[in-house]
Amino acid sequence: MLNAKIPDGPLEHKWASYRSRTPLVNPSNKRNLEIVVVGAGLAGASAAASLAELGYRVKCFCFQDSARRAHSIAAQGGINAAKNYQNDGDSVYRLFYDTIKGGDYRAREANVYRLAEVSANIIDQCVAQGVPFAREYGGYLSNRSFGGTQVQRTFYAAGQTGQQLLLGAYSALQRQVGTGSVQMYSRHEMLDIVMIDGKCRGIIARDLITGKLERHFGHAVLLCTGGYGNVFYLSTNAMGSNVTAAWKAHKRGAWFANPCYTQIHPTCIPVSGDHQSKLTLMSESLRNDGRIWVPKKKDDNRKPGEIPEEERDYYLERRYPAFGNLVPRDVASRAAKERCDAGYGVGASRMAVYLDFTFNMKRYGTVEANKQGLRDPSEEEIMRMGKAVVAEKYGNLFDMYKQITGEDPYEVPMRIYPAVHYTMGGLWVDYNLMTNVPGLYALGEANFSDHGANRLGASALMQGLADGYFVIPYTIGNYLSGEIRTPSISTGEQAFADAENNVRDGLDRLTGIGGNQTVDHFHKRLGKIMWDKCGMARNREGLGSAIGEIQSLREEFWKDLRIPGTQHELNPELEKAARVADFLELGELMCHDALHRDESCGGHFREEFQTEEGEALRNDEQFAYVAAWGMNGKNWDLHREDLKFDNIKIAQRSYK
Amino acid sequence: MNITIKVWRQKSNTSPGEFKMYSLSDVSPDMSFLEMFDVLNEQLVRKGEDPVAFDHDCREGICGMCSMVINGQPHGPLRGVTTCQLHMRSFNDGDTIVVEPWRAAAFPVLKDLIVDRTGFDRIMSTGGFVSVNTGNAQDANTLLVPKPDADEAFGAAACIGCGACVAACKNASAMLFVAAKVSQLALLPQGKVEAKSRAERMVAQMDDEGFGNCTNTYACEAECPKEISVEHIARMNREYLKAKLG
Ligand code: FES
Repeated sequence: MLNAKIPDGPLEHKWASYRSRTPLVNPSNKRNLEIVVVGAGLAGASAAASLAELGYRVKCFCFQDSARRAHSIAAQGGINAAKNYQNDGDSVYRLFYDTIKGGDYRAREANVYRLAEVSANIIDQCVAQGVPFAREYGGYLSNRSFGGTQVQRTFYAAGQTGQQLLLGAYSALQRQVGTGSVQMYSRHEMLDIVMIDGKCRGIIARDLITGKLERHFGHAVLLCTGGYGNVFYLSTNAMGSNVTAAWKAHKRGAWFANPCYTQIHPTCIPVSGDHQSKLTLMSESLRNDGRIWVPKKKDDNRKPGEIPEEERDYYLERRYPAFGNLVPRDVASRAAKERCDAGYGVGASRMAVYLDFTFNMKRYGTVEANKQGLRDPSEEEIMRMGKAVVAEKYGNLFDMYKQITGEDPYEVPMRIYPAVHYTMGGLWVDYNLMTNVPGLYALGEANFSDHGANRLGASALMQGLADGYFVIPYTIGNYLSGEIRTPSISTGEQAFADAENNVRDGLDRLTGIGGNQTVDHFHKRLGKIMWDKCGMARNREGLGSAIGEIQSLREEFWKDLRIPGTQHELNPELEKAARVADFLELGELMCHDALHRDESCGGHFREEFQTEEGEALRNDEQFAYVAAWGMNGKNWDLHREDLKFDNIKIAQRSYK
Repeated sequence: MNITIKVWRQKSNTSPGEFKMYSLSDVSPDMSFLEMFDVLNEQLVRKGEDPVAFDHDCREGICGMCSMVINGQPHGPLRGVTTCQLHMRSFNDGDTIVVEPWRAAAFPVLKDLIVDRTGFDRIMSTGGFVSVNTGNAQDANTLLVPKPDADEAFGAAACIGCGACVAACKNASAMLFVAAKVSQLALLPQGKVEAKSRAERMVAQMDDEGFGNCTNTYACEAECPKEISVEHIARMNREYLKAKLG
């Protein structure tokens, strides 16, 4: 049984009492303590800036050309906070409750409660930095609703909330870079951690421009390196998003928790062909005004406009009358897949459903016409006015859709299909956000702790910033207060040399294969295995065969890969290859985890475990635990952290 | 579609560069411009040649990493669209497309189409922030911001820092980039306190980095993929003058 180091006492006092009791590090000692932060997204940038403000010496690494490019920037919808500015009954407890329930009762209570507690401070901090959140005419902050909740607690900046929050954290980071408190290493990729006497003491990073390997010491190392959705090849992640940092840590002893929990987002632009390199999300907020449907007839070739109302199947409204189009992401995604698999899909590939705004455009248009006192407005007038209302709310998303598909969503319904979006699993961490490796922390999407088996919308930004701004500045003192007598360790130490040699040999092995196939060739094949057998629905047989297929694909990769050039230069093909090599190992663990979890929960849907109506069927008796996997040679050992729900009554989720 | 690409190849910062021609057949009009480059690179790797290096990451027009001058225009022919959001249907069968890196003394080429834009980060670190430490903030709603100011600040904050403004400008000036940040923060009460010194410091760093002067050609606004308005430059000039006049 794992010890998550959760403070004693009632839930609502845990964090407060932790903060007043945890050991502190005095300012002069902070100046001698060095912290390595890997990743500069919301979690990394906010942590690096906040720790530097406290006086620690910080080095921060990112693989992009600037810290401002991390993929947090692409988050669209918003960030949740229990401010209760709308006076609609929100509270810390409700945010906590919604998050635990949304995660299908597979997250840790104490962490989630702390997340809800600090959520309000995040909004304050961001506003103070100059983040231009949406506002009402009175000058107050505006809110909107998001999936899985009944209150309006989502703060937003048009459809670019992630961008604005990241630029806020980036500006705080650059301020510390300007004072010399943070040393920034852009275009650097971490390729290993360095262990000395059982503690993590630094990293090996590759300068991506020169190819030179560098050694960096830290009293502590923070991995803020995001999720691993790109194991599926096609996802809404950025092209460079990868698992490498977390995986290297895993290979050196850090446990990987719940790897099979993947979030498949229901509203993405469908795949258009083999050339496709990535998928694009259409924000969850669109489901407020769009109705999702497919034809009632199989293989219906008519244009959507030619299909009369009574021949359309609004399947979410049919199956879930209480929540309709606003069911949580996992439920909406599975329902779309079910329809398409049964032969009712639309578009050339038949792997899409309609997201149709006509109904609401008409409704808005009629309201507008009434407002303007128009008597007997024509159908066209109504639609024109309705389109204008929709354009104001979602204009940028509609433009993006048109740009990608060449179709005008004001005229024809959007075609959408689920796509890989977020990974709830990640490195196992305790209440301090420390992995089981002393001195090694994981923050943001890179850890597993807060979202259980399904993340609610607008909660990823909240967690990344909570970890970086308000959790790690306190919890790291708990460890570093014991390190004040440890002088900086020279990177001339043998452990650094060994780790560096190990990395160099690994890269040479990749460039030395001299086969015939490109990296993308293997990545696509891995993605297909994962999507078909460890995607939206999984079963024992498929997972079993996926493991074998991944193993032989990995063998083929190491025999037949071709990388031009060497490691001693800017070499994007080599960068990709090193990441795909790690995905080829991670994919196997994901299938392994999915196979062992004989239940369905959240994003993990095992076909053998469903209710008569096809809903996810949990098995709380046997599986109310976190599965933390430790690598043991070519196998994995399971470490269980039992989940206790002392403050919430655990129940079957129902959205009917 | 059949497409010929004439693309800038340069091994490293110190080696000379040259244009090379490549032809591609069976290009789908639904491909994005960068997916067309993926196909080209796939072919080059299979032939044992060095693939074309280019910057990209999000491929959804928000991270600001992609950066190609396409037929003489930063981010290509469409207004308000980044390179990664451009699709082949904007071109015709048989076209020859010329692709180059951003060209500016302050953005040295690292390899092929990749340039070094760290100058932007250095400008930001001199003043592109509000000096507030984590934990210092008051309740967010005690700070009221009139909606028009908030909207205009957002318009400026939408800058993705790609550098197309510099690439578009005959003087290679970074004025629009700097002005967008100065203006965003000057419009908000929380940024007003340091508005003057911010403008002064950021402009000084911009000059140090070797970006050129602004001569009001407005090429930056025309090529900006986020259509950031040159009005922000006017606002920054006001802040800058205030600082200079004390
Ligand atoms: S790749 Fe991110 S903006 Fe183009």
